[in-house]
Amino acid sequence: MGAAALRALHWALLLLLGPLLLGQGLQANATRVSEQPWGEAGGITAAPLATAQEVHPLNRQQHNHSSDGHSKPRKAFPVLGIDYSHVRIPFEISLWILLACLMKMGFHVMSSVSKVVPESCLLIVVGLLFTENLGTILIFAVVGTLWNAFFLGGLMYAVCQIGGSGLNHIGLLANLLFGSIISAVDPVAVLAVFEEIHINELLHILVFGESLLNDAVTVVLYHLFEEFANFEQVTIIDIILGFLSFFVVSLGGVFVGVIYGLIAAFTSRFTSNIRVIEPLFVFLYSYMAYLSAELFHLSGIMALIASGVVMRPYVEANISHKSHTTIKYFLKMWSSVSETLIFIFLGVSTVAGQHYWNWTFVISTLLFCLIARVLGVLVLTWFINKFRIVKLTPKDQFIIAYGGLRGAIAFSLCYLLDYEHFNMRDMFLTAIITVIFFTVFVQGMTIRPLVDLLAVKKKQETKRSINEEIHTQFLDHLLTGIEDICGHYGHHHWKDKLNRFNKKYVKKCLIAGERSKEPQLIAFYHKMEMKQAIELVESGGLGKIPSTISAVSIQNISPKTLPVERVIPTLSKDKEEEIRKILRSNLQKTRQRLRSYNRHTLVADPYEEAWNQMLLRRQKIRQADHQNAYLTVPANKIDSPTMSRARIGSDPLAYEPKPDSENLPIITIDPASPQSPESVDLPNKVPKGCGGLPPSPEEDEEGLVMRPKEPSSPGTDDVFTPGTGDSPSSQRMLRCLSDPGPRQEPEEGEPFIPKGQ
Amino acid sequence: MGSAQSVPPEMRALAERTGFTSEQIEQLHRRFKQLSHNRKTIRKEDFDTIPDLEFNPIRARIVHAFFDKRNLRKAPAGLAEEINFEDFLTIMSYFRPIEMDMDEERLESFRKEKLKFLFHMYDADYDGIITLQEYKNVLDELMSGNPHLEKESLRAIAEGAMLEAASACMARTGPDEVYEGITFEDFLKVWKGIDIETKMHVRFLTMEAIAHCY
Repeated sequence: MGAAALRALHWALLLLLGPLLLGQGLQANATRVSEQPWGEAGGITAAPLATAQEVHPLNRQQHNHSSDGHSKPRKAFPVLGIDYSHVRIPFEISLWILLACLMKMGFHVMSSVSKVVPESCLLIVVGLLFTENLGTILIFAVVGTLWNAFFLGGLMYAVCQIGGSGLNHIGLLANLLFGSIISAVDPVAVLAVFEEIHINELLHILVFGESLLNDAVTVVLYHLFEEFANFEQVTIIDIILGFLSFFVVSLGGVFVGVIYGLIAAFTSRFTSNIRVIEPLFVFLYSYMAYLSAELFHLSGIMALIASGVVMRPYVEANISHKSHTTIKYFLKMWSSVSETLIFIFLGVSTVAGQHYWNWTFVISTLLFCLIARVLGVLVLTWFINKFRIVKLTPKDQFIIAYGGLRGAIAFSLCYLLDYEHFNMRDMFLTAIITVIFFTVFVQGMTIRPLVDLLAVKKKQETKRSINEEIHTQFLDHLLTGIEDICGHYGHHHWKDKLNRFNKKYVKKCLIAGERSKEPQLIAFYHKMEMKQAIELVESGGLGKIPSTISAVSIQNISPKTLPVERVIPTLSKDKEEEIRKILRSNLQKTRQRLRSYNRHTLVADPYEEAWNQMLLRRQKIRQADHQNAYLTVPANKIDSPTMSRARIGSDPLAYEPKPDSENLPIITIDPASPQSPESVDLPNKVPKGCGGLPPSPEEDEEGLVMRPKEPSSPGTDDVFTPGTGDSPSSQRMLRCLSDPGPRQEPEEGEPFIPKGQ
Repeated sequence: MGSAQSVPPEMRALAERTGFTSEQIEQLHRRFKQLSHNRKTIRKEDFDTIPDLEFNPIRARIVHAFFDKRNLRKAPAGLAEEINFEDFLTIMSYFRPIEMDMDEERLESFRKEKLKFLFHMYDADYDGIITLQEYKNVLDELMSGNPHLEKESLRAIAEGAMLEAASACMARTGPDEVYEGITFEDFLKVWKGIDIETKMHVRFLTMEAIAHCY
């Protein structure tokens, strides 16, 4: 039935196995342990649940132990002893987590479904789409949740009045409270389910954004009704205050988050010498933002989100690549574990807690939840579509409505209710659990086939190409310009202003050093190159060509003014791979030989070195493979400094600083060795001005720098000819360099034996 | 809206041709008058009076696009000296948002129109092909706000982009052939992934009256 079903099944196992596996003994721990995180008004984040609790029990344990030791009578020194109580708590917790993970692992092995690692951790929220749809999301989150709460609460009150004797005593406020608890869409559940179904970005961000932002509403409503339940009477003033507190809570939360985000960004500017603790900063600041917000009864989740959003661009620019990876994967791990644990707790509490089942209440809750959600979405969408360019279709609406899953937040909020004031708490709990189970199982499992059935647009798998990046930026500027011409201060105008402000002032403060001046496109490009470089290195040298570029090389691209040039066709891919592997192993040798030539040649660039290597490799190929008149040398990517830097970084022998860099005149050495005619002819076959571009003035002024005229772009591994340099000097250069020596050196005979790399 | 007398009755025809509503046309007309200092036509220099436009790296191209005869649908090449209100509207009509009631065909042609506008902005020499040099020029302009940039990076980016486009479109042709540049069809292909019709629009619904401080 698909991954979503498997997931839901997986949760089912966890929920049910949880209590079974862990037995009675751990229940005491469970209830005690579960109270702690829920104590923070149900904020479920990537919080280190385990570690928080470890501290408390551990302290207590130690205390007992030490006080014990003093009063014991003297006995022989125990060489070896068993003291389980000492490590009991952390031991059990770790065991628990371990078991959960093992179950998870086993499940995946069984089903061999490769899970798409969730990209959107709570900290790293999707950027652009989010801000463009912010209005929509806010409306859904705020108005939608309010509507759900009141509608549900009201209806349940009606039911309670009508229903049997057991329900009559539940007042309006209690019902409203119940409504507010259960109406919140749960981010954890949504995230988990929506990840699997690969729905298109827009819907994903709508529902997920809604589930995050409705935390503020939930917190306010919850506290509001909880307080009100204690009052005898609710006055208008209280209602107004409640309304006001909503703004305070949400905006306050955001404010706190922004502050922490800025501090974090600022801190990260100075961590260039102590890279190791960078991830720690990110985690700590985020967690502190959450805690600080909760301290003041502000919305912790919003603080968390705000801090993440604010710190991301700056921190990303400042921290090292390794830290970035660490943070990313640590968060994923953390969120994965938390999610698992949350649902285990849910399961445990289901079994362990007291329940009060009332058919009327539960069934009507379920029913009205669904109805409220559907109605809410319909009405809101009708309203929102007036303002949107890209309207939400009925299909979209269905998915949004159907994706409103409830989860552990609702449960924990109810769990925290005071028993004296709310003696129907158990009934609420039961109802909530039922709803959660229903939404998670039924809706969660069936959403995938429904998505397929309704043919909802799926996520597009395309990678972002350079072209798209360039075009998008171009378009942005264009639209800003048009808006300015129209005199219309629209979306683009403000975004542009913000960007400019950001660039001018903020970035200077918060980003270390040179990176602050790097424009987005370049950063993007470097990132891509870096990725490719890493791929290259990881695959053992000259591995697969990235999929974007294939059989075309730079000299295929020429302005039409030049005559059509002879272009050297490519070898078949496999052959290339083969040759590459072989040549790679010989790299060392060629380098040694190469160095002796440098005195006679121009040594201006690292490009030089690569160029030379390439030529030598070409030599080898030619000798190895006489059948082919045409040769393609899988070149090392000679291109931007980043690439060479990347390569240098990975292979220390690749480039060494050259002692002399004067421009020596070229010494043309006539090839005396038995070279296959191609080696000499080849440069000639591609006459001047071949394939490449007309020499731009800037190139000429650089003097006799031996560099490829048009450096191959990332990925052009295939075709390479020396002819791309079209100045006559470079051609002479080629001939000079392509001479490996007057005689065939003995080692040449064994070029194909990999030299132990 | 009291400026009706300055907009001749051809406004109906205009509205129909460009697809704007009469309110929008009146607003745009007001803007036009501002830019042209109450003359009948606008010249290139008039665009310099817009302060915010200065920060735009591709300012020259945008202004150029207004006078491009291809966009004005007057000629396949060349630049106009000045444009009148009708031309102004024509250019603006490329940025209309799509409407719900458009059918597939209209949507497709609308999309093509927008992309053609973009294409003309890249293709400076009117030959219908974006060559590597032209692409590089675009990139240079885009990055002109950053003096610290290495030329190498820009060049590499331009080539990378061209190669991407080339490989996408050259799949059928043999490697012997030369790829001159991005034609309009190739351009369409590159943009297939991006929903241009949802992105390339300006909301003409709400336009505040501009402060008369130019």
